[in-house]
Amino acid sequence: MTSISEDSDKEKVRSVSVDLNNDASLVIDIPDALCERDKVKFTVHTKTTLSSFQKPEFSVPRQHEEFIWLHDTIVETEEYAGLIIPPAPPKPDFEGPREKMHKLGEGESSMTKEEYAKMKQELEAEYLAVFKKTVQVHEVFLQRLSSHPIFRKDRNFQIFLEYDQDLSVRRKNAKEMFGGFFKNMVKSADEVLISGVKEVDEFFEQEKTFLLDYSSKIKDASAKAEKMTRSHKNVADDYNHISGALNSTAADNNTAFKKTISVCVLQKLEDRVASDQELKLTELLRYYTRDIQAAKDLLYRRARALADNENSNKALDKARLKGKDIAQAEENQKQCLQKFDKLSESGKKELTSFKARRVVAFRKNLIEMTELEIKHAKNSVSLLQGSIEILNSN
Amino acid sequence: MAASSERSPPPFPDSEEPELLEDSDEEADAFTGTSISEMDSPSPDSTRPPKDIFNEPPEDIFSDPLSNINSEPQKKVDAKIPSPSSDEAVDLFSDPLDDDSEVMSSPEVQNPMPDLLNEPVEAPKSDSSSKSSSVKKAASAEMFGDDDDEEDLFKEPPKVVTKKPQPSGPPVDVFTEVKSDVKVKPQVKDDPTDLFAEEALTAPAPKPSSGSSSSRTNGVHSEEQDLFSEATVELSLDSPCNDRKNKEAVKPSVSAPAAPVASSSSKAPSKSLEELEEEESEDKFDLNISITNPEKVGDGMNAYMAYKVSTQTSLTMFRSKTFTVRRRFSDFLGLFEKLSEKHSQNGYLIPPPPEKSILGMTKVKVGKEDPSSAEFVERRRAALERYLQRVVSHPSLLQDPDVREFLEKEELPRAVSTQALSGAGFLKMLNKATDAVSKMTIKMNEQDVWFDEKIQDVENEEQHLRKLHVMVESLVNHRKELSGNTAVFAKSVAMLGSSEDNTALSRALSQLAEVEDRIEQLHQEQASNDFFTFSELLADYIRLLGAVRGCFDQRMKAWQRWQDAENMLQKKREAEAKLLWANKPDKLQQAKDEITEWEAKVTQYEREFERISATVRKEVIRFDKEKARDFNRQVIKYLESLLHSQQQLIKYWDAFLPEAKAIV
Repeated sequence: MTSISEDSDKEKVRSVSVDLNNDASLVIDIPDALCERDKVKFTVHTKTTLSSFQKPEFSVPRQHEEFIWLHDTIVETEEYAGLIIPPAPPKPDFEGPREKMHKLGEGESSMTKEEYAKMKQELEAEYLAVFKKTVQVHEVFLQRLSSHPIFRKDRNFQIFLEYDQDLSVRRKNAKEMFGGFFKNMVKSADEVLISGVKEVDEFFEQEKTFLLDYSSKIKDASAKAEKMTRSHKNVADDYNHISGALNSTAADNNTAFKKTISVCVLQKLEDRVASDQELKLTELLRYYTRDIQAAKDLLYRRARALADNENSNKALDKARLKGKDIAQAEENQKQCLQKFDKLSESGKKELTSFKARRVVAFRKNLIEMTELEIKHAKNSVSLLQGSIEILNSN
Repeated sequence: MAASSERSPPPFPDSEEPELLEDSDEEADAFTGTSISEMDSPSPDSTRPPKDIFNEPPEDIFSDPLSNINSEPQKKVDAKIPSPSSDEAVDLFSDPLDDDSEVMSSPEVQNPMPDLLNEPVEAPKSDSSSKSSSVKKAASAEMFGDDDDEEDLFKEPPKVVTKKPQPSGPPVDVFTEVKSDVKVKPQVKDDPTDLFAEEALTAPAPKPSSGSSSSRTNGVHSEEQDLFSEATVELSLDSPCNDRKNKEAVKPSVSAPAAPVASSSSKAPSKSLEELEEEESEDKFDLNISITNPEKVGDGMNAYMAYKVSTQTSLTMFRSKTFTVRRRFSDFLGLFEKLSEKHSQNGYLIPPPPEKSILGMTKVKVGKEDPSSAEFVERRRAALERYLQRVVSHPSLLQDPDVREFLEKEELPRAVSTQALSGAGFLKMLNKATDAVSKMTIKMNEQDVWFDEKIQDVENEEQHLRKLHVMVESLVNHRKELSGNTAVFAKSVAMLGSSEDNTALSRALSQLAEVEDRIEQLHQEQASNDFFTFSELLADYIRLLGAVRGCFDQRMKAWQRWQDAENMLQKKREAEAKLLWANKPDKLQQAKDEITEWEAKVTQYEREFERISATVRKEVIRFDKEKARDFNRQVIKYLESLLHSQQQLIKYWDAFLPEAKAIV
């Protein structure tokens, strides 16, 4: 993986999912993004040696909707049925911090200046984190595409990267939304139906059960992790508040000088602990959700690929059963079989690579998380020791 | 008694340092004046003639430092010289004055005092510096000349000399007071031993060391007793000001406590700043109270929790060194009621007990083994322990017979009044009264800037602490939540690990689950640490600040009384003027009587106000000091607990790291 990005965060993120990409022929990153109102404009920067592009280096502005469009077109392309299609990035959501900001503005009069400043700072940090996360998710999506030997050659993808005008995709209208919803329904119903069909290939049978199981588990774990992180964040917030309160207590306390000192030390410490924890945990959360998301979505692609396979199989069986139009059915069956074989083959390949990718990603994340935990714990230990010393010498 | 003479200088409390010197003189005088006579009457040791020698001369020492002292040592020396038979001590003894200087150091006899004083005293008794300092003080203050040298050389005997007069006085004064009784005992022991020591002259040398080493640990030997008696003297000295005030304050109104207090103050001639520190250490060492074994007694709604109150002390005011009693919660409240009834109007800061919690207690009564009720009991136990410790660390409250009874007496009469009046209810009432009073006394123009600021400070601080407390509570809750969520997450990760088909990853995940499990434990522990070391500390101080405000209110009330009396006097005077003008001689006499009566009242109230102001001030200063210390200690403890959990965290993650790396 070669990247020009200096941002360590991005580096990490990239490494999460793009381990398989180790050629420099197509490198994509999002060095910049602009947030105006509820639209986020990403600058997609591409560097390539491929001849299919007109220039070796270019960048275009893209919106979230365009990413979705790209994803949808890929999903709809029949050829890619046997491939794991990278999950579309989630919609940028700045509502949370924005709402908080609003509340903060309302509550401005009810709190002290320091508190307000602190809160504002906190919120800004949060906002920034969300923003960064959003950019990363979009970047990862593109990188996944670019790293895939088939997707990278996709015409739409190349257009997306190269065409420097507005792609003029519009948001899905209500009808389409409903259509999508309906399709999902059909799909899940289909899945249920298919599940009764006997799997011919043991590999897929195994994979299917495993993925189903795994998906539910990882979904669960993700939810729990999120919950844990949230409560951890609450604790961190409490620390922040406490440190604020301690500060004001100390400021007001001219008599208990000793206490003031101790209190100040404590405050500083808590502050650090809080930010440490926040950093660590959002990071952790981010990793987990990303991983999980990928796995989950991959599973769905897989399941769908499987369903398609099953469908074709079924159609074939039906045709045979009926006994008429056998030539056509045979033709059809042959086609389906071919398709199925092709799908199976590519699916197998994809699945194996997915597995490898997942293991690698997990390993990486776990190590990084552990190291972070250790680092933060060590930091707080030294901090705590320092403050205890100061207090003791008091 | 001495009370009146001491009461006259009201500026005392303000200037502690200068006070100590004059004070000691003055008090000594006062004390000799009162106690000499009394001393003779009981003469507990009349059987021993040498005793008189001792008793008298010291008395003289105090009353007439210079002249008598000089003669006194002579006497002693004389007595000693014949007996010498061994050791350095003997040498020291045998050549009382000249040798002293030689032995001890080069400084000449003219100015040996300070140096010698410092050197010898400090050297032999490294750990009993407080004592030596007080000795120094007493000695130097009274200008003991050569006697001091001698004192230092002998370490013990001279101290006995200086101290003895003090102890000897009080027992006579008050038999009711344990402390004085105590003093009689050591004295009795001392005297013979000292005499022996001086006569045998073998004892002095070894004694000092043992005495000094065990001075804090409740000695049994005679020499230790010396130290010990000294220590107790100091203890009582610790609060001379308070005592004096107490005495002054109590005397007019309350008769019972007046006597012991008076005695303690009378035997507490010298007071120094160091004594504040001494007092602190003294408290720590001499009286350890712990509350353990909460036990449910009875069944149903009549059930209650009984706590084992164990006391460990070297204070001789108690009958034994260790003793335990069983007390129930309402007993603690009862103690508070009694104390506040007696002392709060004098401006004392009575540590408030934890609040009564009907909900929590009902849970305990009804629920069997509920973790929350166990937590409740533990919380209350800890709170009661802190409460009692605060009570006994208050020098004047410790003297209260009720406190002693509470700690010592097997059975206490059931405290009935507290049934209705829980701590919270009482505080509420107090607060209501506060509001009423403050409204009433808005017009009180505070002449004392210190009080003005302090009141403001206390109010601010209370607010801050309240806020802080709320936040810490939420921290505790959130951490508990976090712990729960971590546990759930751990389970979920374990499940994930079980369905993972990559063996190494599966192993790592189950390891991770284990780590998370442990972290959950850690969070839980930390949450209880948050609560017990931090949140409870804040809660305590919120209560205490309420009590501080109560003190201020008492002061205001006193002021109000004074002002009312003043107004009354004014009215009476006007009435008199009217009568004069109207020329009604028959009523004039009555009016005049009334005026004198009210004049007396005004002076009395004014004095009371001054006294209470001084007391409150002292109490608040004490409180501030204690608070700073408490916070410092608790915060350190808290930080240490945080440190511990972080270290554990490192350990856990460190152990996990190779697992994560082992994933292939």
